[in-house]
Amino acid sequence: MVIGVRDLVTIVHGMGFGVLFMLAFSGAIGLIYASATGTEIQLASSRPARMFRFYLISMAVMSWLAVLSGSYIIYPWYRAVPPAGTTDLAHYPQRLLLSNPMTAEWHNVGMELKEHISWFTPIAITMVAFLFLHYGPKVARHRQMRAAVLGFTAAAFLATLVSGFFGAMLNTRAPIGGGPEIILMGHK
Amino acid sequence: MVPQTRPDPRATAADPAQCSNGAAAAAILAAGIGSFALGLLSFIGDVSPAARGAFIIWNPSGPLSGVSTGAIAVWLAAWLLLARLWSAHEVKLGRINLIAFVLLGTGMLLTFPPFVDMIQGQ
Repeated sequence: MVIGVRDLVTIVHGMGFGVLFMLAFSGAIGLIYASATGTEIQLASSRPARMFRFYLISMAVMSWLAVLSGSYIIYPWYRAVPPAGTTDLAHYPQRLLLSNPMTAEWHNVGMELKEHISWFTPIAITMVAFLFLHYGPKVARHRQMRAAVLGFTAAAFLATLVSGFFGAMLNTRAPIGGGPEIILMGHK
Repeated sequence: MVPQTRPDPRATAADPAQCSNGAAAAAILAAGIGSFALGLLSFIGDVSPAARGAFIIWNPSGPLSGVSTGAIAVWLAAWLLLARLWSAHEVKLGRINLIAFVLLGTGMLLTFPPFVDMIQGQ
């Protein structure tokens, strides 16, 4: 049983950083909402407040790792240019998609959107984490700060949802492959 | 003579009711500016082949390297500048939120390929 290094990195990017980040959203939105509806007393005690800050910082770090690994490790593999005369485009996902009119829009719309929209998430979540670090859970006392936090968190969720959807769909139609392989079990 | 007492910075940082909202306003507006910069640079790269070439600062990632780096640079520069201007002040946060949300929405729209195609009349 073998796995390619590129497959492994893509799994870490998508399922490690991306899915964990999506799962963390529900917790973050729940806690932000709870702090906005009067349960700030609980969050104001030091241990839950520390945990919430750690939770938001972890989300921000994961969002940065997701976009950086996506844009600077996986995307170059995706857009690799095949040598002249190459007929098997299996290891050149962008060219593979563009070679067929039935799949070209997955690149023209899907990847073109994904590569940019994903960058909204770390900007938004870093801002949200900063507000809670600087002002504490009592951000909830300020209606307008709370509105900004919820608005930008919702935008980050949308951006991550769109990125995750197109990431999964693109990987089923033109998977990132090639490169060295790691033997997990048995002999090659 | 009554002695002047300085507020405990930790206490004020933990209680927004007792400290200015300037730092929050700076972070919120900078996030909006950074988001708009991301959309704008992406749009410019899409409509202008010359700009697309100029955005390639790391060849393996192509124009995305310049678009993402440029947007992050604008976001951080805006945050630094606004924080220096507003940190000790009270700011009208409702207006800042509105501007930030408009910038965020416009930025996101500018990364949506069908919208960009529509602007270009395609």
